Amino acid sequence: MNSCVYCHEQIEQPLTWSTWLTVKKNSVLCAFCTGKLEIISGKRCKVCSRAWGSSICLDCQQWRELGDNIERNYSIFHYNDTIREMITQWKFRGDYLLREIFRNELKSAFEKQFADNNAPLAIVPIPLSESRMQERGFNQSLALAEMLDAPVKQVLRRKSGEKQAKKNRKARLKRDNPFFIAEPLKQAALIVDDIYTTGTTVRQAAQQLKLHGCPAVYSLTIARS
Amino acid sequence: MNMDKLISCSPRLLAESLSGKRLLEEEISLPEKCFHVLLSTKQLIPIPAIENQKGSARCIRCGNTSTHYFSEYPCGICQRKHLYCRNCIQMGRISECKPLYIWGGAEAYWPAHSNPLTWEGKLTPAQSNAAAQLEKAVNEKLPACLCWAVCGAGKSEMLFPAITAALKQGKRIALASPRVDVIRELFPRLEQAFQGVTIEALYGGSEHKAGKSQLILATTHQLMRYYQAFDVLIIDEVDAFPFYLDKSLMYAAKQAAKKQSTTLYLTATPRKNFRLQMKLGKLPHVFVPLRYHGHLLPVPKLKLSFYLSSQLANKKLPDSFRKWLINRQNPQRQLLIFVPKISMIKELKEVITLLLLKTGAISASEDLQAVYAADKDRETKIKQFRNRELHALITTTILERGVTFPSVDVAVLDAGHEVFNEAALVQIAGRAGRSADDPDGEVIFFHDGKTDAMEKARQMILDMNERGKKL
Repeated sequence: MNSCVYCHEQIEQPLTWSTWLTVKKNSVLCAFCTGKLEIISGKRCKVCSRAWGSSICLDCQQWRELGDNIERNYSIFHYNDTIREMITQWKFRGDYLLREIFRNELKSAFEKQFADNNAPLAIVPIPLSESRMQERGFNQSLALAEMLDAPVKQVLRRKSGEKQAKKNRKARLKRDNPFFIAEPLKQAALIVDDIYTTGTTVRQAAQQLKLHGCPAVYSLTIARS
Repeated sequence: MNMDKLISCSPRLLAESLSGKRLLEEEISLPEKCFHVLLSTKQLIPIPAIENQKGSARCIRCGNTSTHYFSEYPCGICQRKHLYCRNCIQMGRISECKPLYIWGGAEAYWPAHSNPLTWEGKLTPAQSNAAAQLEKAVNEKLPACLCWAVCGAGKSEMLFPAITAALKQGKRIALASPRVDVIRELFPRLEQAFQGVTIEALYGGSEHKAGKSQLILATTHQLMRYYQAFDVLIIDEVDAFPFYLDKSLMYAAKQAAKKQSTTLYLTATPRKNFRLQMKLGKLPHVFVPLRYHGHLLPVPKLKLSFYLSSQLANKKLPDSFRKWLINRQNPQRQLLIFVPKISMIKELKEVITLLLLKTGAISASEDLQAVYAADKDRETKIKQFRNRELHALITTTILERGVTFPSVDVAVLDAGHEVFNEAALVQIAGRAGRSADDPDGEVIFFHDGKTDAMEKARQMILDMNERGKKL
């Protein structure tokens, strides 16, 4: 019997003809935990994926006027309390196994949204600073990237800096770009990360990629806050 | 977690903060220089955090050996895979990559208090008998002693003489419980009772964090940060959790106590292994069969109700429950209704509300609330119920112990469900009749097939009452 990777309760799988006869994708979460995640559905901003009635949200219109450097971001879940706690345990407490919660949804979002892109995409993780790496031992963005069936190119590096979760939006937008390029990337890139908040991180990474010859940058994120 | 900001580097403070601990580097908030000096002078000694021999791993902090609670991550620092423990990850990750540190410096000094007890109450004869036994266990340095006291015996007061004895000898003491509610409730009472002694209460999110006092109150989890620290260790509600948590509790307790130490166990419902040890004469023990108010325990009634589980599944309430509600001996009493599953709370709340409204037990639907472990308003609702601002409460087993309401009737719906084991049922029954003004209270187990657990729980209560009558 399997148990839920998050709450450790046993996963009850009713024995029916279909579960018995077919090999079904195993869920790592129990029904109760699954039920608390909210998949973004319905109308959304076509640039940043936030739930939005018309085609482009006000924020993204502003980015567009300034000259935006990403094609679009696709997010899977609403950033609610449950996913916040899951991401906290995964990323900050270092419970690496919890990336499995996102595997199926991440893969299917990649296939539906990005797999038949005109040019094949290279997966680019957001790098972790040296001190964060010392603390956590793994890069959550790379952990996500490695779950996709596409080449991962770690071409970005990060200057050492402070934790960004604590900064407000204004400070984040104003801050100097923390990324630099280790090796230029000449093909289109898909940045994979956990949360899209203001979109600044993704755009700073995109700025560096594009300055060094990357033709187009997309992003795929687990949650849209 | 961290020491109070920075431990200043005086030898005495260092010893008080670090001796008897086993910590990760991130939990030792010292200036880097100071940390390295302590390392090079062997006052801090690194030890592996995970023991991994012949493919079987053990977490040194929580004792976990179950493969289900280990996982791996690819380490970006060493470029290889490391095991890490998922059982105690809430307290910072234990992995093969980072060592734990134990103290190798001078032992901390704890003062001997000549007269530490500032409590002026009086113990009942049943309480003082048990208190004397526990005190004796401390003075004679027995390895262990168990106090089997019924729910509502007033056990915290019974501990005062044993704690006093230990403090007189300049010993370090910890009182641990798996239930955070117990720690929260005990802390102010112990602070009152031992006003000249340094005391801290440690639990997730507690105000105190340093853990450098002579008397420590802690949840079992917090105990995991200690190593050979305590001369006297008191474990309250030792049987409060399912087996696997029980195992890490026992491990943590064993690790936190000094090699020469006394462990006192308090429980209303000892597990099989303890009962066996008592029978074999291997575990000194003492009974407190009477409640502090001197009345016997309410004995649960078993009510058979055919098709109960299928009725409940269809959001219908059994007739027997309806009948009982209408004919309660004392309708003034508040109602505590236990159900086996969280999902059942959601399914049944509405029908129970309707029934209570119809029978006049409540006058407005807000008078009935429901609580479960993850409920954000849990504290508030329990408080409201205690203050009689609510008349009825539906709950899962989270309220089976540690909470006291003066005058309630207790109903268990589907008492045959597996979550209601013998201990849980005894504890649930123990919620009734807690106050001297209303020592009776009804306890009804509604079931559609008697289980061993129900029968044994009833028998345990009858046995205790038998003992109590002889006092």
